[in-house]
Amino acid sequence: MTAAITSPAFRENAHQALEDKQLQAVLGTMRTGFSVKRAEAAAALPEFEALRDSARDIKNHTLAHLDLYLEQYEAKVTASGGHVHYARDAAEARRIVADICRDLGAKTVTKGKSMISEEIGLNDHLEREGFTPVETDLGEYIIQLRHETPSHIIAPAFHLSAAQVEQDFRRVHTQLPPERDLSEPVSLLNEARQMLRQHFLAADVGITGANFLIAETGTSVIVTNEGNGDLTQTLPKAHIVLASLEKLVPTLDDCAQMLRVLARSATGQDSSVYTTFSTGPRRAGDADGPGAYHVVLLDNGRTGMLGTSFQEMLRCIRCGACMNHCPVYQAVGGHAYGWTYPGPMGSVLTPSLIGVEKGGHLPNASTFCGRCESVCPVRIPLPKLMRHWREKEFERHLTPATTRSGLALWGFFARRPWLYRQATRLGAATLALAARGRGKFAALPFASGWTQGRDFPAPEGRTFQAMWAAEAGKRRRAGGKPGAKEQNP
Amino acid sequence: MTARDEILAGVRRSLGVTGHEEPRRQAVADRLARPERGVVPARGQKTGAEAIATFRKYAGAVQTSVTIVSGPEQVPAETARWLSANNLPARLRMGADARLAAMPWDATTLDVSHGPSAGTDLNGVSHAFAGVTETGSLILLSGPDNPTTINFLPDNHIVVLDSADLVPALEDVWARLRAETRSDPLPRTVNMVTGPSRSGDIDRTIFLGAHGPRALHVIVIDPDMAV
Ligand code: SF4
Repeated sequence: MTAAITSPAFRENAHQALEDKQLQAVLGTMRTGFSVKRAEAAAALPEFEALRDSARDIKNHTLAHLDLYLEQYEAKVTASGGHVHYARDAAEARRIVADICRDLGAKTVTKGKSMISEEIGLNDHLEREGFTPVETDLGEYIIQLRHETPSHIIAPAFHLSAAQVEQDFRRVHTQLPPERDLSEPVSLLNEARQMLRQHFLAADVGITGANFLIAETGTSVIVTNEGNGDLTQTLPKAHIVLASLEKLVPTLDDCAQMLRVLARSATGQDSSVYTTFSTGPRRAGDADGPGAYHVVLLDNGRTGMLGTSFQEMLRCIRCGACMNHCPVYQAVGGHAYGWTYPGPMGSVLTPSLIGVEKGGHLPNASTFCGRCESVCPVRIPLPKLMRHWREKEFERHLTPATTRSGLALWGFFARRPWLYRQATRLGAATLALAARGRGKFAALPFASGWTQGRDFPAPEGRTFQAMWAAEAGKRRRAGGKPGAKEQNP
Repeated sequence: MTARDEILAGVRRSLGVTGHEEPRRQAVADRLARPERGVVPARGQKTGAEAIATFRKYAGAVQTSVTIVSGPEQVPAETARWLSANNLPARLRMGADARLAAMPWDATTLDVSHGPSAGTDLNGVSHAFAGVTETGSLILLSGPDNPTTINFLPDNHIVVLDSADLVPALEDVWARLRAETRSDPLPRTVNMVTGPSRSGDIDRTIFLGAHGPRALHVIVIDPDMAV
């Protein structure tokens, strides 16, 4: 399912999401899920912070020398018998993939999880061209059955309940006995395993994304827990890798550094179950593996980010930590962001890739609490970059007057005090500091920059005062150290 | 202009470089010639019995079961024991690995067949290229010896690991692969496997056995029988 861009309607999308009781129940689990696991995994590894520095430095070095690493990478892929295709934009990437499939006389195409595939709207295109794309990541499979788009970059079906999945399986898997028992979630897993096995074995082409590309060896790397990416790329005649330019790292050792922060930041695992390094097609004498290996390297606006303040965004390794820790994402879910990339990373990336006209609203969807930056494994200054977009949007006069004055978004949250509490509670320390006991926010967490020259009264003043009193008390006890801990007002 | 030339030119324009600057080319050449090891966690830096115990700890944490035997001749019996203990049929698929072939499978009642898996095998056995202490991971190389399909299609995967092949970290695997002639290019597939397959996509709960093996059993050959 290809995303129609609805980013300009973020506010309307968010309203809908807030009314959706089932979605709200699911989003409520997020705070105790990914975030806690990440914190535990990070705390268990004494070297974690040093690894984040290392990961940031590796990406900075690669981006500063990207032209040279691209040339090296391409030469290595070619030497190992593979092919590199450059795609300037989404249309060119889609065309390249369809041409490869057509040349191979393909019918069924299995797909491992790939955000680039979502970004370029590949599935719709393949269907139009007469191919049958089958998503094999369990979450992606479920949302493909529902004709939806992913709501989270590492947990695409995060927004769905087991009961909803059961309904979909009964609707689509009509070849199975209708009286079968699917009441246990694990029976849904087993049914998907059984159905997808047939697709894996029948597929002519397998398409995967890449978490990393390694210049040293011309290798693509995928990281999964299910093993679907491996079956996707091992069984068919050809393996096509979809990757954007910034996936490159120089060496195998550099990749090992990145892997240590990726799994921990994404799911709190020390390592994902399957980390797979693929180099070229199967070799003479190999017992299995794809006969052909193609890499489609997508630009789609990324070269334009180099050399600007948004170059830092190209360090992103798509771990999802920023959205897992984002109070706005936790309140409205992924679909409200209206395009492929949700959460703080999406708020910065979307205007860069589809234009500030369409994505320019998203950087406003921030409380500037700073949690995203504090957990980002490659230390991307996400709040700063969102602010840059807002300044640009303002300069281009793309912002409606109400938004320019800060009133629109402010109003959106002010009418929902509970959301305001939720959105700010993670950043309570910041909030307390911002108010500085004046009972007013000189700098609203949602609106820093908008509130210059204008003070807003604190919403639900009593609650705020209670929180402030607690913070002040803590400060006194802690000997003047303001708000060192998160606080639930 | 081809897409390739246009993209490379775009990168260079944005970075404000021509691509011919000697210091940049040198920096890249040096990095590739002498890969930096970076930050390698201390927790994997163990040897001997301690390394095996640490490997076992991290493997166990991700639901990999581990048994230790004192020699390769004991692997078939341990395999048969594990299959029977888990009520699994005494059938096994394996590749052409010479180390596996030299083991006394005939002394067991196991029905062993050879070649890649076509998706109908319940049990498969592979010989690991290496084990990684830091994460309890196995490193498996594609090829006729240990076909990649055996790592993913059977419901149950048994992996034989020589304790001499246990290394502290993934960086040590790369060093060993680079030192061997077959390292350039790398084998088609290098699998780093850390536990049996799982998914959290249904009900936000982790269940084992999504698409790959539901169970992963490691047989470590340790002549010292350290544990
Ligand atoms: S911006 Fe940082 S935290 Fe967010 S997905 Fe990218 S790497 Fe992860």
